[in-house]
Amino acid sequence: MTTLDQLRPAAQRDDPVWAREYEALLRAYAQAGGPPDVLRSGRVAALIVSANRVLGAVTVPGVTIEAEPLPDGVQARIVVAPGVRMDHPVHLCFGMIPATGVQRIIADYQVGEGAQVAFLAHCSFPNARDLRHIMDAKVQVGAGAVLRYTEAHYHGPHGGVVVEARASIRVGAGGQYLSSFSLVHGRVGRLITDYDADVGAAGVADLTSLVYGSADDDIEVHEAVRLNGDGARGLARTRIAVRDRAHSRVFTTAEGNAPGARGHMDCAEIVRGAAVAENVPTVIVRSDEAHVTHEAAIGTVNRKELETLMARGLDEDTAVDTIIRGMLCI
Amino acid sequence: MPNNTVLLDVQGVTIVRAGRTILREVILQVTAGEIHALLGVNGSGKSSLAYAIMGCDGYRPDAGKIVFAGRDIVDLPIHERARLGLTLAWQEPARFEGLPIGDYLVLGRPAMKRDELWEALHAVALAPGAYLLRPIDRTLSGGERKRIELAAVYAMHPRLAILDEPDSGIDVLSLVDVQRLVRRMAEAGSAVLLITHRDEMAAIADRASIMCAGQIVLTGTPAEARIAFAERCRPHAAITGPQWWAPTGARG
Repeated sequence: MTTLDQLRPAAQRDDPVWAREYEALLRAYAQAGGPPDVLRSGRVAALIVSANRVLGAVTVPGVTIEAEPLPDGVQARIVVAPGVRMDHPVHLCFGMIPATGVQRIIADYQVGEGAQVAFLAHCSFPNARDLRHIMDAKVQVGAGAVLRYTEAHYHGPHGGVVVEARASIRVGAGGQYLSSFSLVHGRVGRLITDYDADVGAAGVADLTSLVYGSADDDIEVHEAVRLNGDGARGLARTRIAVRDRAHSRVFTTAEGNAPGARGHMDCAEIVRGAAVAENVPTVIVRSDEAHVTHEAAIGTVNRKELETLMARGLDEDTAVDTIIRGMLCI
Repeated sequence: MPNNTVLLDVQGVTIVRAGRTILREVILQVTAGEIHALLGVNGSGKSSLAYAIMGCDGYRPDAGKIVFAGRDIVDLPIHERARLGLTLAWQEPARFEGLPIGDYLVLGRPAMKRDELWEALHAVALAPGAYLLRPIDRTLSGGERKRIELAAVYAMHPRLAILDEPDSGIDVLSLVDVQRLVRRMAEAGSAVLLITHRDEMAAIADRASIMCAGQIVLTGTPAEARIAFAERCRPHAAITGPQWWAPTGARG
C-alpha cells in the first residue's frame, strides 16, 4: 500500500506550493463534510483534484483511477473490477480554493459486473465569488453490481458559484445505483443538476437530492429515471428548503417502459419568506404492466409538526429549523 | 400526589369556529399532581379543549380565560406555555422525516441525561437500542409513534401533561402500559389531563370530568364519572337537539 505522499511525482515531493494547495484543499474537504484523515492515510482509493491539478490519485486492488489534467479541469476514469467488493468507499475530492475560476470535471465511472462499491464525493469551493464548476459524468453500473454514490457540496458563504452537474447513468440487469446529492451548508449560488438513469431488468435507480437555499440562491434539479427493463425500479426523491428570496425548480421524470417496472417520484419542498418553489413532475408509462406514482408536498412547514415541537418548548424559528434539518438530514 | 393547588383553571372558555360552537363555557380545574380524566364520546370537544389549552392555531378562545400556574396564558404562544410546564401528546402524533427519536426526546429537556432518555423509552415499553437512532417517519407504525410521543412528554417532566387519547391506536395489551406510564408521570410530580373515551382508563384518575357537545357536564370521582358516562352519554349522531346528555336512566 502506498501513501499519497509516495504517489506524488518526485518533483513535487518538496514543493511547498503543492503542500499548501494540498492542505488548503483538505481543509475545504473537511468543510464539505469529508474526513481528511482518511485521505491522508492513503489506505483507501482516492482522487484529489484542485482546479485542474491532480493532487493525488490512490489506487487499491480492484479499483483503477486514472486522471489527466485539462486546460480548465480534469478528466478522470475510475474502474471497479468485476466482482470486487470494497469495504471502504472510494473518496473523491474536487474543489477550488481561489475565489474565481472554472473547474470542469469529465468523469467516467465503471463498476464491473457483481461489484459492490461506494463512492464518497466532496466538492468544496469555500471562497467562491465568481466560480464555475461543471461536472459531466458517465456512470455504468454492471449487471448485478451495486454503486452507492454520495456527493456533498460546500460552496462557502458568498453564493458566488455556478454548479452544473450532469450525470448519465446506465444500470445493468439486477444492478443498483443509489445516489444522494446534498448541498445543505453555506450558500448554494446557482445550482443545476441533471441526472438521468436508464435502468435494465430488475435493476434499481434511487436518486436523492437535498438542497437548502437562501438569499437569492437559484436551484434547478432535473432527475429522470427510465425503467426500461422488466421489473426495473426507480425512485427520484427531492428534498429542498428555500428561504429569503431563493428559488427552486424541480423537474422529475419517471418512465415505466417495461412490464413490472415500478417508479415513484417524491418531492417535498419547504418555502419560507419570499422564496419560491416549483415542482414539475412528468410521468410516462409505455407498458400496461408498469406502475409509476408521484407525490409532492410544497409549502410551509406542516402545522402539526411545528406545533408539536413548540409544545416541547422550541420557539417557532427553532422548530422550523429543526424540521428543515431533519428533512435535509443535516 | 395531588394537592389542592389549582394548576390549570379553564374559566368559561367558548370557541366558535365557522359559526359552530365547539366549546361552550367550559369550566375545568386540574390541581397540581392530579390525574384528571376527561371522558367524552368522539366529537364531544375533548381534543378541541386540549388544543385551546395548548394554544394551537385556530383554537383561541372567543370568551373566557385559561389560567396556568396563576397566569392567564391565552395570549401566550405554544412554546411559552410549554416553558411554563405545559405540554400535549397529540392523539395522532406528527411524523418528522429525518429527525432521530433520540434527538426528538431531548428537545423538551436538553439537559436530559442518557439514562433518563433510556428510561423514557423503557416507560413506553420500547427498547432504546432499537429506536434511539430511528427517524420518526413512515417507517414507524402508528402505535410506535404514539409510544414515542408519550415518551417525549414523559421525558419533559412537565407540570401538566395533556394526553389526548393515549390509549387509541395502541393494542389492547398495551393499555396497562399506558396506565402505568400515567401513574409514573404523576409519581414524578406531573399533573395529567387524561383525555379518553374509554371509561376503564378513568379508573386510574383522581378525578374525572365528562364532556358533551363542547361542555363539561359533570366533574366527580372516577367512579361517578364512569357510571354516568356509561349510562348517560350517547354518540352525537344518534341524538338530536338538547338531549345529548340523556336524563338518568334514559339509556335504552
